[in-house]
Amino acid sequence: MKNCEYQQIDPQALPTPTPTPQPHHGNDTEKKKEPRRPRRKWEVFPGKNRFYCDGRIIVARQSGVLPLTLGLILVTSGLFFIFDCPFLVKHLTSCIPVIGGVLFVFVLITLLQTSFTDPGILPRATPDEAADIEKQIDNTGNTSYRPPPRTKEVLINQQVVKLKYCFTCKMFRPPRTSHCSLCDNCVERFDHHCPWVGNCVGKRNYRFFYTFIVSLSFLTAFIFGCVTTHLALRAQGGKGLVFALQESPGSAVELVICFFSVWSILGLSGFHTYLVASNLTTNEDIKGSWSGKSGEDVTNPYSHKNIFINCCSVLCAPMPPSLIDRRGFLPADESAQTGSADIELPTLAAKSEINVCTQGTKGLLESAALSPLLSTSCPQGKPQNAHSCPETSPALNSDPTSEFSKGCRGNHTSSSHGDTSRPRHTKARSKKCRREALHIPNPAFDVPVSPTSPDAAPDSKARSHKGGSLTPLH
Amino acid sequence: ATPTHLLLCSSKVFIQRHYSSGTICKFQTKFPSELESRIDEQQFEETIQTLNNLYAEAEKLGGKSYLEGCLASLTAYTIFLCMETHYEKVLKKIARYIKDQNEKIYAPRGLLLTDPIERGLRVVEITIFEDRSIGSGR
Repeated sequence: MKNCEYQQIDPQALPTPTPTPQPHHGNDTEKKKEPRRPRRKWEVFPGKNRFYCDGRIIVARQSGVLPLTLGLILVTSGLFFIFDCPFLVKHLTSCIPVIGGVLFVFVLITLLQTSFTDPGILPRATPDEAADIEKQIDNTGNTSYRPPPRTKEVLINQQVVKLKYCFTCKMFRPPRTSHCSLCDNCVERFDHHCPWVGNCVGKRNYRFFYTFIVSLSFLTAFIFGCVTTHLALRAQGGKGLVFALQESPGSAVELVICFFSVWSILGLSGFHTYLVASNLTTNEDIKGSWSGKSGEDVTNPYSHKNIFINCCSVLCAPMPPSLIDRRGFLPADESAQTGSADIELPTLAAKSEINVCTQGTKGLLESAALSPLLSTSCPQGKPQNAHSCPETSPALNSDPTSEFSKGCRGNHTSSSHGDTSRPRHTKARSKKCRREALHIPNPAFDVPVSPTSPDAAPDSKARSHKGGSLTPLH
Repeated sequence: ATPTHLLLCSSKVFIQRHYSSGTICKFQTKFPSELESRIDEQQFEETIQTLNNLYAEAEKLGGKSYLEGCLASLTAYTIFLCMETHYEKVLKKIARYIKDQNEKIYAPRGLLLTDPIERGLRVVEITIFEDRSIGSGR
C-alpha cells in the first residue's frame, strides 16, 4: 500500500502576475521588507565553521595559530621596513623596499585567501539522498547479521580506488575527499588541516596555500639576506657585530625569526612543489596510498604523467565553485523549521491548500516546473520504504534567486582589502541575479485559476478537505 | 465548473556520479528502472550526456584556462573578486540547459530535474510526480 502524503498546488502562489492578497505566500522570502528576516544558508550550516561578513568569509571554528602567523609576518616585515630599509636604500639600492613590499603584499593576500576561502567543502547529503543510499547498501544482499560494508570500489584509470561512506555527511565520499574532524566537513581533494592558516587546505584553496608558502619562502629568505647584508655593512671597519646589533636592535629580532623559520618554510615549499608536480595530496603521501607499499603495482591514477601538466592542473585549473552556497537564502519552510518564532503562517512550500481547476497534470507541471511546488517523497510501494520527511522540491524553492546566486557567486575569497569595491560589486551581481531569476515565463497561460479562495485553515493534509473523496493516508 | 482537486505524489531518483575518469564531474548514464514508464532511455541518456559534456567543458584544462590561472596567480588571485570565472559561466549555461529540458521534455512527462549544483554536484535528482486527480466535480 502506498504511503503518500498528498499536497495540493496553489496557482495563486505561482509567480504569476495574479495579485496575492493573502500574506502567507512564501515566494517573497528574499524581499527585505518581510517582517521575518530571511535566513541565509550559512546560518544553518552544520559544520564547525564560522562565518563573517554575512557569509562572505568562512573560517574553521578554531582559528589555530593564524593570529600568530599574521603577527610574525607583520612584525618581521614591519621591523624590516623600519630598521633595515633606510640603511640599505642609502647604501645599496632603493629596489629593496619595493621588492620587499611586493613580496609582503603577496604573502598577506594569499594568506588571507587561504584562511578565508571555502576549501572545497561538500555539503551533506539531503535526507532523501541519504535514504536512497541506505537502501542501496541494504539491497546488496547482506544475509548475515554483520552490518553491510560501507565501501564502494571504483576503477579510475585502471586503478582500483575504494570510496568510503561518511557517517557524518551520509554519503559515499568522492575520490580524494576526506572528512576533516576539526571542521566536521568532508573536503574535496583534502590536503591537510593547517593550523597556521586556521583552515583546511583542499581543492579550492590549495593554489592560494601554495602561492602563500612559496612567496613566504622568498620573503623570509629575502629579509634574511637583507638583514645579514645590513649587519655586515654596519659591522665593517672593525666595528664588530655587537655594535651593529646595538645600532639596529630590530634586525636582531628579524634575524632570529627568519633564521628559525626559513628552513621549515623552504622545506615545506619544496615538499609541496613535489606534491604538485606529482599531483598528490599530503593526505595521500602520508598514508602512502600510491607508493606501492603493499607490493602491488599501484600508481597514482590522478597524475597526468607529465610534471608540467600536473602543475598546471593543480595550480591553473579553472577555479571550482563553492558548493555550499553560503549566502543563498533558505527556502521559507526551512527558515520556519529552524526556529523562527514569528512566522504567522506556513509558507507555500510547507503547507497550503488550493483549489485548482486544471486541464491536466501536464499543463500544471509545466507551470509548476517554474514555480514553488509542493512535493513529498513517497515510497513507490516497496515494503522497506523509509522516506518520511516532506521536503520542497529543491530546484523550485520559494526563492528562485538562490539557484542563480550560485552562478553569480564570486566573492568566495577574503575581504582582506578593497572592501568598498566588493559590496558594491556584490550588489551589482545580485541585482543581475535577480533580474535573471525573475525572468520566469508566465506560467499561467493555460491554467485557468479558480476564483475561489483557499480554505481558511491552511491544512497541509488534504484529508480534511471537503468532499471526503480522498483516500486517507496510509 | 467546480474546481478539480489536483494532488501530486512524488518520489525521487538519484543519478550518482561516475568516477572512472577520475575526479571530474560526470554522471552515470545508466537508465534507472523507475523512469522506464515515463521517458525514453535515449532521451534520458542524451540529457545526462549533454550535462557531462558541459561539466567537462567547465573543468577543461586548456590554453585558455592556463592563461586565466597564470594571470590570476600574478595578481595574487585578486582578479577572482572582479571576474566571473570560466567555471561559473558554464554553470550558468548548465542552469539554463536544465531549465530548458525541464520545460520542454521533463515537465510534460511529470518529471523534474534538479540542477546538480543544488546538491553539491553529488547527484542529479529527478523527482517523479504521480497524478492523483480526484474527480472533476462537474
